[in-house]
Amino acid sequence: MKALLIRDLRLALRSGGGFGLGLAFYLMVVVLTPFAIGPGRAGLTSVAPGILWLAALLAALLTLERLFALDAEDGSLEQLAMAMPLEAAVFAKALAHWLTSGAVLAALGPPLGVLLALPLEGALPLFWALLLGSPALSFIGAFGAALTVAVRRGGLLLSLLVLPLYVPTLIFGAEVARRGAQGLDYQAPLALLAALSLGCVAAMPFAAAAALRAGLR
Amino acid sequence: MARGGRRLLSGVSLAVTRGTALSLHGRNGLGKTSLLRVLAGLLDPAEGRLIHDPEKTAYAGHGDAIKASLTVAEMLGFWADLYGAASIEPALLAFDLDAIAGRRGEALSAGQRRRCALARLALVNRPIWLLDEPTAALDQAGQAELCALLSGHLNAGGSALLVTHGAPPIDCPRLDLEAFRATPGEEAGAFAEALE
Repeated sequence: MKALLIRDLRLALRSGGGFGLGLAFYLMVVVLTPFAIGPGRAGLTSVAPGILWLAALLAALLTLERLFALDAEDGSLEQLAMAMPLEAAVFAKALAHWLTSGAVLAALGPPLGVLLALPLEGALPLFWALLLGSPALSFIGAFGAALTVAVRRGGLLLSLLVLPLYVPTLIFGAEVARRGAQGLDYQAPLALLAALSLGCVAAMPFAAAAALRAGLR
Repeated sequence: MARGGRRLLSGVSLAVTRGTALSLHGRNGLGKTSLLRVLAGLLDPAEGRLIHDPEKTAYAGHGDAIKASLTVAEMLGFWADLYGAASIEPALLAFDLDAIAGRRGEALSAGQRRRCALARLALVNRPIWLLDEPTAALDQAGQAELCALLSGHLNAGGSALLVTHGAPPIDCPRLDLEAFRATPGEEAGAFAEALE
């Protein structure tokens, strides 16, 4: 499992991998938002938590399609299925996806918040919200990617399948960031967000592995 | 055995004893690849059963599983880790890959990709090899290397099933699958395979 994790990290970081794609997308959305909304502090501050979360969600979605599709195309997936339990393979691949998307965006979000006039006291809650919420994005996404692996270029289908499942994560994640920015207590939504992520990390590998098996057949 | 809702082969029953190979023949689209995938546990047979454990098989299919941005050594290292092999030396030796070990997947020719994919077999410690057109894109030297690898495997008590169109890389009995072609509407025969 460690071997697969390292391989996927390598693939993501090398040229042509998904790492730069998600990152550049996140950066673009955050940098362009002030131009679109106008530089008024009040307006920016009120939308900052939501924009930072929405951008993270879409950036994660952007690289999901390739999670299993590339391995399925070149025959790696068959080899993986024969070498290890698919549940473990899904876990390793989703973890690699999280490390190269969610984890990095969690570190990047708070500094980029400055561009959106996010109040300073909102930086830490945003960090926690992105760090604890993004595993759910990667693992739910892995399930969606596994379901659409048999569909060639199933990116559109994947987005349609996954977006409704992302809604709870987005609601609680943005709520944590919003409450933090307004100086309110954010423990409750953060705990719910973490529970959501833990549930997804525990359950989704099994669902995704079942979907992959159906896709191989 | 059915694929895409179409019954392809029926009544296939075969056993390969330790230390021997069997070469499967048949025209395009007959179901040779699907048969190998059933034996590898990647497909379910429509009827019948496998007596062997798919965990004991190593499958080399059409997909070479070559990643454009990884070097040959990195890819072999990954498979070695996955299958619990101590080092990638046997794979490098078997297909003379030392010279291209540092080269990335995108810079490999079709034959080199094939060698790299077949070299994986040297890392997999599993007794039954299922090879789907292993000689495709291989040059004379590559075929000789495959032959040496296969003989070593068979001498060590392993067995192999090959799908080939030309002459198989080693001397072995041939089985023409045309005889098992399922006719539309035919009542299903038993479908069982045994490998030891």
